[in-house]
Amino acid sequence: MRYLPLSDADRSEMLRVIGASSVDELFRDVPEEARLKGPIHGLPMHASEMAVERHMAALARKNMVAGDVPFFVGCGAYRHHIPASVDHIIQRGEFLTSYTPYQPEIAQGTLQMMFEFQTQVARLFGCEVANASMYDGSTAMWEAILMAHRITRRNKTVVSSGVHPHYVNVAKTFAQFSEDALAIALPELDAEPDTERLIGKIGPETSAVVVQYPDILGRITDLTPIAEAAHAAGALLIAVVTEPVALGLIQSPGEMGADIVVGEGQSIGVGLQFGGPYVGLFACREKHVRQMPGRLAGETVDAEGKRGFVLTLSTREQHIRREKATSNICTSSVLCALAFTVHLTLLGEKGLRQLAQLNHARACEAANRLSAIPGVELVNDSFFNEFTLKLPVEARPAVHALVERGMLGGVSLGRLYPGADALQNGLVIAVTETVTDEDIDAFEAALKEVVR
Amino acid sequence: MTVNPSGWRPSAPANEQGETGTVTGNRALMLEEPLIFEIGTTEQTGVDFDHPSRLREGQGEGLSSSTSLPLNPLPQAGGEARLGGLERNREIGLPGLSEPETVRHYTRLSRQNYAIDLGLFPLGSCTMKHNPRLNEKVARMPGFADVHPLQPQETVQGALQVISELAFWLLDLTGMYGVAMSPKAGAHGELCGLLCIRAALEARGDKREVVLVPESAHGTNPATAAFAGYRVENIPANAAGRVDLEALKARLGPDVAAVMITNPNTCGLFEPDMKAISDAVHAAGAFVYCDGANFNAIVGKVRPGDLGIDAMHINLHKTFSTPHGGGGPGSGPVVLSEALAPYGPLPFVAKMPDGSYKLVEEENAAEEHPNAFGRMVAFHGQMGMFTRALAYILSHGADGLKQVAEDAVLNANYILRSLSDVLDAPFARSGPCMHEAIFSDRGFGDDVNTLDLAKALIDEGFHPMTMYFPLVVHGAMLVEPTETESKASLDQFIAALRSIGERARAGDPSLKAAPIYAPRRRLDETLAARRPVLVYKEPAPAQAAE
Repeated sequence: MRYLPLSDADRSEMLRVIGASSVDELFRDVPEEARLKGPIHGLPMHASEMAVERHMAALARKNMVAGDVPFFVGCGAYRHHIPASVDHIIQRGEFLTSYTPYQPEIAQGTLQMMFEFQTQVARLFGCEVANASMYDGSTAMWEAILMAHRITRRNKTVVSSGVHPHYVNVAKTFAQFSEDALAIALPELDAEPDTERLIGKIGPETSAVVVQYPDILGRITDLTPIAEAAHAAGALLIAVVTEPVALGLIQSPGEMGADIVVGEGQSIGVGLQFGGPYVGLFACREKHVRQMPGRLAGETVDAEGKRGFVLTLSTREQHIRREKATSNICTSSVLCALAFTVHLTLLGEKGLRQLAQLNHARACEAANRLSAIPGVELVNDSFFNEFTLKLPVEARPAVHALVERGMLGGVSLGRLYPGADALQNGLVIAVTETVTDEDIDAFEAALKEVVR
Repeated sequence: MTVNPSGWRPSAPANEQGETGTVTGNRALMLEEPLIFEIGTTEQTGVDFDHPSRLREGQGEGLSSSTSLPLNPLPQAGGEARLGGLERNREIGLPGLSEPETVRHYTRLSRQNYAIDLGLFPLGSCTMKHNPRLNEKVARMPGFADVHPLQPQETVQGALQVISELAFWLLDLTGMYGVAMSPKAGAHGELCGLLCIRAALEARGDKREVVLVPESAHGTNPATAAFAGYRVENIPANAAGRVDLEALKARLGPDVAAVMITNPNTCGLFEPDMKAISDAVHAAGAFVYCDGANFNAIVGKVRPGDLGIDAMHINLHKTFSTPHGGGGPGSGPVVLSEALAPYGPLPFVAKMPDGSYKLVEEENAAEEHPNAFGRMVAFHGQMGMFTRALAYILSHGADGLKQVAEDAVLNANYILRSLSDVLDAPFARSGPCMHEAIFSDRGFGDDVNTLDLAKALIDEGFHPMTMYFPLVVHGAMLVEPTETESKASLDQFIAALRSIGERARAGDPSLKAAPIYAPRRRLDETLAARRPVLVYKEPAPAQAAE
């Protein structure tokens, strides 16, 4: 077998050294009745590299590839162009096949990259510190709610109606098992989210307010009044960013007073990959760092006084604190964080700004064209690269009808909010720099037919 | 608390013809590399963009191609920016590098890392085995890599089939009833398993508050139990390094929801009483959670389902060789018993009678999976890990996976027996180990400890083993060679460890200086924690002028 170096002669010699007559003798602690007699039933025998590749390629071919068709799907995952050098770097064996950097003398590559990543994320989010990644945006949001609970010693969280419903479901799931209460609401197809109503829900027992920016319908809200209201009540503002490219063009949540900013980093450097692996971003104020979940790289010096980096403040973590840890997270998403940091280094401030401009310009173009179709309304007053259309028909079947016309035309709110009748005609459209003029032309023509 | 209130920063790498005797501070292939914040600028970029034709025609200014950053976003064709009046009005402070500089920066950093590709990586309970490159190739096929999680299901049948096929083989290999594929890593899988247990208990109106965890367990076990709202109590190990069955039985009662067991356990030993443990736990109305971190020792040889286990996570980034990536991404599917499967989370993939695949999520859960405890993640789990793990399982097949376990156990025992005359092996007298060999610091000279030995291994070109874990063995060294090491590689490792072990017994003070040849000497972790510097800050003007 190509992944196993030992020869039968090696095995015999090693058994002789061990003093065992057979490998089975090494398994003697396993009760006889629990041992399988031969190779496991069902699974075929080993296969060549060529055969496995052929099987996997056949499965891959059954999917409609985003890059092959006009593509307008977003809602928490975005298709951006990823420079070729990003994938090259993350395939360096020294990054790809290394472990969590517990031995800093031989892990400076990963540790320095984490430190750079933390700094980039903190600056992008307008925060003072950031950690070295979480699993994804949804789990990062739940961890932020728990962190706010620890800081405020309150357990009631107000979640804006604009937060991604899957993120809300993750929080609802975990809140069943913790002592947290969530106030949630469905979005409405309005030009702007109802900030006043959200603020009205904040009370003296509120631990945190959670707001997505831009929100699930693509709308951009000023977080400043929400932050002020939250702080006046002794609560924290948690902002959730699912499209960090937007922050190249709009103010960061931290600048507007958010205390904890979490997000999904997929859209910078990490491909769509059918939903994972992605990379959770997590940033906050310095004064709260000891309540943060996840790994942190910090700067220090070695025995010769040279600058170096180590994992630090690990007294927050499970391998030291066990049941008193701030989180149970161990393995997070460092390789995706590397992809993020390489892509963002390639972009730099200037490139990010250009990328964001291009996205916004493309989205404005598409919004103008699509909302001019008779019966189709643009819901948003504001948006970055994603907006919501109100169709004259239900959006769910419309999406399938668009597939029949060879395109992936957005996400129907019916899929995200099953049972919410008022939302069934809503279609969320993402338009990134990868969308061409021809794609918009094709989409416009197809949507005209579908809504007719 | 304020981080670094003084703005103090440790000095940059020595470059003044210090000990290295070079102007640059480099030593041939050992290359020092500054931070991107020290070499990049906000004006530099390594990417360029096409100007969409219609935009170019629509307006004279086009997209900015000047080096200065316009602070106002450019309007698009036919209108104003629609950013809600929240245009960015100050710089972010993100340095950029050109493509060649970027590639060189990260390539230089990569060379300061140890990795499986470079040599033996014997971290116990981490299963750092070879990562086949076929799996990387497969994961990057556009049909997997360039597919959106919210595409209509008729456009992602191949992706759903991958999840379904992998789920099927994981059930086959574990003898379990159902599997939750969405957890993102081992600890996330533990949480999923405990939430299934909690949901099952609540469904029968049985509120229980305690989870029992052996004192040798991974730190994630008690942390997860606490995260799921349980009180954690430890159960002791016996002198043979196993769960003390009698102590466990004595503690079981109507308040115990679950027992979390690692099998093979963190001492590298199989729990021979596993079935008896499961029976006792079940008799008390509780459930058995198994930490599957050590599944590599028994994959293809023993099915956890035959041992009475109710839930077990599988680290695809351990047993099934998806790369660890310096700390993730991992993937932690959880296999479930018949009693727990109805409570597994959304979404999951169902195979339909017509051969198609369907995602069961919130909209159809009421009919198809009404007792789901909820949702673990935004989307469907770690697809990129599923493709790799499936390719790995199919490559090895039933015969290959059995050989994986046998070679992993053989390699560990070879190390155990080859070194037990130099290093104290606390459980070796009672028999063979499974896939990891454990040693203690007994017999080391005064002032020499496990850390010193581990750091000396670095100088010999190896990654150290897991140290000081499990806590039940003094100065523990947990060595997991995995099956992908050749005998020559093991022999070299044994020779190095034998030599260092002898120096440790002799109390050789030079061990304290190790490592000498690594990119850095020992780092000051106390300083890092006392004065945390977690992000780069530009030096104050006065410092910069120096």
